[in-house]
Amino acid sequence: MEDNSDIPNSIIVRRLTKRYGAVKALDNVSFRIGKGEIVGFLGPNGAGKSTAMKILAGLMPATSGSAYICGVSVANFPDEAKRHIGFMPENNPLPEDLRVREYLKFRARIKDVPPFEVRRRVEEAMEICQLHRKAADKIIGNLSKGFRQRVGIADAILSHPEVIIMDEPTIGLDPHQIIAIRRLIHSLRGRMSVIISSHILPEIELVCDRVIIINQGEIVASGTSDSLRKDFIPFEGYEVSLKADRETFESALNAMGRKIKIVSVSEPDASGFFRYILRAPEGSDFGEALVGELSKDTRFSLREVFRRKPSLEEIFMAATRRGWDETRTVPLSADAETEDSK
Amino acid sequence: MRRFSALWKHQLWLMCISPSTYMAAFMFLCFMGLMYLKGLVDVSLSPNEQSPLEMFLSVFWLPVLFMVPLLTMRSLAEERRMGTLATLMTTPVTAWQVVLAKFLASYFFYILLWAATLLFPLIASLYLPQAAGSKIFDAWQAATGYTFILVSGAMYIAIGIFASSLTRTTLVAGMLSFGMLFFAIVGAGLMASFPVPDSGVLSFVGKPTDYIQTFRQLEDFSSSILDTRPFFLYISTTVLLLAVTSLVTEAKNS
Repeated sequence: MEDNSDIPNSIIVRRLTKRYGAVKALDNVSFRIGKGEIVGFLGPNGAGKSTAMKILAGLMPATSGSAYICGVSVANFPDEAKRHIGFMPENNPLPEDLRVREYLKFRARIKDVPPFEVRRRVEEAMEICQLHRKAADKIIGNLSKGFRQRVGIADAILSHPEVIIMDEPTIGLDPHQIIAIRRLIHSLRGRMSVIISSHILPEIELVCDRVIIINQGEIVASGTSDSLRKDFIPFEGYEVSLKADRETFESALNAMGRKIKIVSVSEPDASGFFRYILRAPEGSDFGEALVGELSKDTRFSLREVFRRKPSLEEIFMAATRRGWDETRTVPLSADAETEDSK
Repeated sequence: MRRFSALWKHQLWLMCISPSTYMAAFMFLCFMGLMYLKGLVDVSLSPNEQSPLEMFLSVFWLPVLFMVPLLTMRSLAEERRMGTLATLMTTPVTAWQVVLAKFLASYFFYILLWAATLLFPLIASLYLPQAAGSKIFDAWQAATGYTFILVSGAMYIAIGIFASSLTRTTLVAGMLSFGMLFFAIVGAGLMASFPVPDSGVLSFVGKPTDYIQTFRQLEDFSSSILDTRPFFLYISTTVLLLAVTSLVTEAKNS
């Protein structure tokens, strides 16, 4: 597991386990998050992300293991640990009847913001979250989803906590709102340590310094997206748009002798061009050679060649699949077995 | 303390902007106004040993059955349903502080509404002839009667808050609260109406049942008798209920 040991840690999680009866929601989970880092917490539904976040936020006790926020044990000193946290839960529940400003003032007061600072902090948080113009005096129940998310983030940053935990902050937002929230999270980089859980993987890749992938209560991958690409998808990929049938193209690729394989091929489009996905072992950058060979060969009509960088989605699929294969003992259903045997 | 004070003020404000508070206030004041008027009419039509205030206080339990659920049913149930209670618990506030703040806010409104009913005898004594006026408002009787209302009210509000902590549905919380209040107010009286043998296993039930009878306590207080035992009963039950409520809140939140 990758730790940034050269920077001080804001969050330390050691062998955290949470059981619900016989079910293990978290199983020996350990990780560290450095000061000022933005870390994405990924996993399929029911993987244990929200459980881990709730334990870190002091909402739920762990069955075993320990969690420290800024060096304070969450289990032993929950009130002290909570002073260092800004938490935005999933679905961001807010009181419908209050105005944005009065809600944030109340939150500032219960988060121990000094009385003479309350007004300034509320204005500052509203300005950062772009709430100060129109939304400040609106009733929360009348706000759009995007503005409500901003209120949740403003609440999380209000007391200048060292750690911010956000559970699905961009869920249900339109692209404009997602970009706004992304910018907002970017602006926190270096100042606060942020953990974000999300299902929108390109978002996580754009915003986060590091990614932790959790599956069935266990961490199956951790690191930067580049290091995860090397770990989970250790090959080079290209996409080629070409007018040639599979057999002819395959023979030409074999002749190149670079162990290039065709992963998939699409149906021809209206102009008769096929779209091929190619794969070769890691480190064999064959793009230039491929273009050279195909341009010389008169059997082919080449339209497009580009390198395919595996997306975080593919890494996620590979990591959770691997995690599932490694941890699986008994197939859950006949469907699962059939799917695996394909 | 600053955190608690912020929580309490917040709860007061939430109650101020909640329609159910105004509904409770309207129904309560209308009902109690009519009851007081009925007492006045009864006293003026036929000689009666009871004063209008005494008659008025004897039906205190009727509005309590609907006013307390209306004041308390939203307190924890609504916050749990919305998820705002979980958000609250991620701050350094404790479950005990949250429960106490909600209790005190509801209790404040309870006291405020009963305090408003003091205007009825005051207005009556001002506008009625002087001789009748002195009979209408006996300050000591009012003080003891209202002391009972305030002390017992703490327990009723605690019952309402406790009922609200058990569910995330406001309506269910209201119904639970109504049921528990009915049992607390009328239950002991009903139990006392059953014949209890002087000896045997059931003989020990008689005395405690007699001790917790709300109407008997009210009778004493309305007759200007200050008994400390009901104080102990209501205050200890209130504290116990609030402690259990904070444990329930903590447990249901995790």
